[in-house]
Amino acid sequence: MDPDLALLRRLADDLDSAFADLVTAHQDRLYTIALRQLGDTRDAEEVAQDALVRSYRAMAAYDRERIRALQLRPWLASIVVNLSRNRRRRPQDRRPPVQLEPIVAIGTEPAAPDDRGTPHERAARRETIRALATALLAVPPGPRAALILRHVDGLSVAEAAVALNRPEGTIKAQVSRGLAQLRTRLAEDPEFAPAREERTA
Amino acid sequence: MTTELVNFEAALRGLAAPAPAGVGTGALVAVGLADQYAELPSPLGPVLVAWNGRGISWVDRAADRPGFAERFGERVGRPLHPADSVPADIARAIAGRLAGDRRVSVRLDLRGRTPFEVAVWMKALEIPRGEVRPYGWIAAEIGRPRAVRAVGTALAHNPVPLVVPCHRVVRSDGSIGQYSLGGPSAKRMILAAEGLDPDGLEAGARAGVRYLGSATTKIVCLPSCHNARRITPRHQRPFPSLAQAVAAGFRACRECRPGSGATLAA
Repeated sequence: MDPDLALLRRLADDLDSAFADLVTAHQDRLYTIALRQLGDTRDAEEVAQDALVRSYRAMAAYDRERIRALQLRPWLASIVVNLSRNRRRRPQDRRPPVQLEPIVAIGTEPAAPDDRGTPHERAARRETIRALATALLAVPPGPRAALILRHVDGLSVAEAAVALNRPEGTIKAQVSRGLAQLRTRLAEDPEFAPAREERTA
Repeated sequence: MTTELVNFEAALRGLAAPAPAGVGTGALVAVGLADQYAELPSPLGPVLVAWNGRGISWVDRAADRPGFAERFGERVGRPLHPADSVPADIARAIAGRLAGDRRVSVRLDLRGRTPFEVAVWMKALEIPRGEVRPYGWIAAEIGRPRAVRAVGTALAHNPVPLVVPCHRVVRSDGSIGQYSLGGPSAKRMILAAEGLDPDGLEAGARAGVRYLGSATTKIVCLPSCHNARRITPRHQRPFPSLAQAVAAGFRACRECRPGSGATLAA
């Protein structure tokens, strides 16, 4: 059974006692969506936290039936995508994606626990992730959100359509367009080698 | 082509990153399901202040730091996390309150407390800086004139001393009485810091000065009321009971309301 259904039932019964479990279960994916959308760890941290707070306040105002009827994964994703979008709209944050590259160099990439393989393999993996994250930030925001929800977060096309409030056909088109753009960009990047890595793993 | 696509999508899944610890903690604190605490200077020396998104939840002496988390856990029961410093707005609100500015709004998180306790603490918040009121005054003002002992208990359980000035509530015989944040000596110290003379107040009470009237205005006050303290010595008329003041033609001050909790029997 979907663990979110049990969680929703507990949230509907007693929001305050169950909410910490929602935080534990969903904070990583909300942070990931914000990070890949914004390209900045501090912005992503604030947006992910804000998204959790807003989800609590929304549920506090909902009746039990409405909470139980939520599609938790897409609903939370929609909150964090909208907050990320609004953040980029603020004048002080309006910088073109190409300028995000230097920010990558000063530590946009969080230190994920990673101890598999030799130091050389680890470094190669980090380079792959960095190249991919940078290429993703160059994809226009619309297709980027679809791509992140579908393939980084792992939502189904139907769930991504709910989260982004777009038809499923649009999601499919945006995802394939985004993938094509990524592929073109990364074809020229010597640091990017997922196929090679897959073979050695 | 297909293999390449699979690998490519696997690589995208590799972009998942764990949230920093601050994300979850920050969200839980913001909605009031966890608290943070940090040290703050006060007239009684450094204190520890705990808060969440709903308001200040706990104040304790920094000297009692070892048992702080334990006491908080017992009484409040929410997760507690240390922070670097008290947020500026909370620090400003506490400082403003201690300086006697009652217009400063200060949010308190008093969930889980009884309506009686909250009523006692809200009433204590109305006592001006540098003035004191008897326990019986609070009891009468909240419409529970016989609950004087319960008022004392509620004040002893005040989770946010200094912010809710339980140090401004004294025994009905005029003696300073107990204090949860460091005992009677700390209570005298902070009252003195607020411009009150605790020794003088007690000496007066022992000599029978429970009320002070003005011969010019014919108004009678509690001795620490700012109106009473403006009466020149020449015009001061002390009374051991309100009944005697009323019999002498004095009316009660509308600000300190000496009639609250006073027995009208002489």
